[in-house]
Amino acid sequence: MKIAVLGAGHVGPVIARLALAAGYPVAIAGSGDPSRIEMIIEFLAPGAKPLTASDAVADAGLVVLAIPWHRFGTLEPGMFAGKVVVDAMNHWPPASAPLGTSEEVARRLAGARVVKSLNHVAYQDMEPANGRAVGLAGDDPAAVDLVASFLERIGFDPVPVGPLAAGRLLEPGSPLFGVAAARPEIEKLAKEQS
Amino acid sequence: MTTFGLDTFGDVTHDAEGRPLTHAQTIRDLVEQGVLADQAGLDFFGIGEHHTPDMPLSAADVVLAAIAARTSAIHLGSAVTVLSSDDPVRVFQRFSTLNAVSDGRAEIILGRGSSVDSFPLFGYDLADYEDLFEEKTHLFAELLKGGPVTWQGKTRASLHEQDVVPFTEPFPTWIGVGGSPQSVVRAASYGFSLMLAIIGGHPGRFAPFSELYKHALEKFGRDPLPIGIHSPGHVAPTDEQAREEFWPHYLDVISRLGKTRGFATPTPESYAHEVGPHGALFVGSPETVATKMARTMKTLGASRFDLKYGIGGLSHGSLMRTIELYGTEVVPRVRELLA
Repeated sequence: MKIAVLGAGHVGPVIARLALAAGYPVAIAGSGDPSRIEMIIEFLAPGAKPLTASDAVADAGLVVLAIPWHRFGTLEPGMFAGKVVVDAMNHWPPASAPLGTSEEVARRLAGARVVKSLNHVAYQDMEPANGRAVGLAGDDPAAVDLVASFLERIGFDPVPVGPLAAGRLLEPGSPLFGVAAARPEIEKLAKEQS
Repeated sequence: MTTFGLDTFGDVTHDAEGRPLTHAQTIRDLVEQGVLADQAGLDFFGIGEHHTPDMPLSAADVVLAAIAARTSAIHLGSAVTVLSSDDPVRVFQRFSTLNAVSDGRAEIILGRGSSVDSFPLFGYDLADYEDLFEEKTHLFAELLKGGPVTWQGKTRASLHEQDVVPFTEPFPTWIGVGGSPQSVVRAASYGFSLMLAIIGGHPGRFAPFSELYKHALEKFGRDPLPIGIHSPGHVAPTDEQAREEFWPHYLDVISRLGKTRGFATPTPESYAHEVGPHGALFVGSPETVATKMARTMKTLGASRFDLKYGIGGLSHGSLMRTIELYGTEVVPRVRELLA
């Protein structure tokens, strides 16, 4: 399965490295022309292929959105139809009330199978993944399964927390955000909130 | 040449009974700290711009000028100047003036702004911070060349053959990078030195950034430039004392900052990891801190280390002791280890 990582900032190259290390072919896209990120990728995620967002997504079995939230509106929604899309984004600065980025992502990327995950782990804590528990939320069970197997293969312990609306549990302000919560804690909180 | 400095965000200091001192007293104490840093033989003293009641150092360059008047050797600068929400012309004028006052001892570290308070204060949209920083860094680089400047952009009035005064000698300019690879490439493209701000996690993970920077300098046809490290720390005679003194204040400050910046609340376990060999806090006895500094500098190919000392709630006396121990024990030991 080919992985497309959108975003070549703090988070994107880390996820790309983890996926490459697990044996996935990885394409990565920044904003604009791929030549702008060639040098960055050569050093930070050697082996990943810099492409435009649409080329990277067209070929991918799984797409990870690791771009700043305020750039999300610049993505062309059509290319995501039918794709499994991992939303690893957060409101920045944090919204005053948890709003759920993934519900907005799902609304805008009509036809995409959106799963919220990885957003609650700081990028410096992702590598090595060391079996760290990560929550995931989604409405499409097959997409959730696919993302869970991806997360497991790159080194995490994926813990489903419910439908996409439950993705708010993973956002800033939640007791799970940014902390090294173990599986039982995530499961307990997901149960309490359901 | 290897150089060592101290950075502070000017957190409000407390008295011996733990009561917060006034902003005015905190700022006067800061001048004393800068003077002591010079006496302790350090190469650099930097103040990071902040705009909150906990960190009232919104006009760091004024404080630096006061320190300049009482010192003769130490370099003085920002750590960082939030260029995205400032006017590059005014920043250049202020630091050029500092450079004149201090007889060529000014340095500047430009930052995009991970501390975001200045954006609403000055009417900027945080969503624009990347574009603001890109354009303003470009103008700042033009200003540093000296001579009349012609420049056009979206973020300020255009300049046409404009003299921007005072004219002084060029001063070292760095870009502070917290984790954005684009900022690493940007620093290399303008010929600015790279200051890696490592405030959490394993410092070794920044090694690819050093390699990227060196490669980018080469690609842009530039000579090698220094790589520096900025990391938080606290020094006391023993590891136990340093860790115990720092912990309650670290917990308090990071918990509060976390609400707006997405940091996790520290736990005793996460703290133990950060002060240990694989973390980013340089907290401990002089020997412990020196060993960790030397190893980190080697790993990252750094020739400059700025210890970010002081965190809200510590007393002026405790900060003065950290400065003294850092200058007289830690730095000489790091030099030995690196020799």
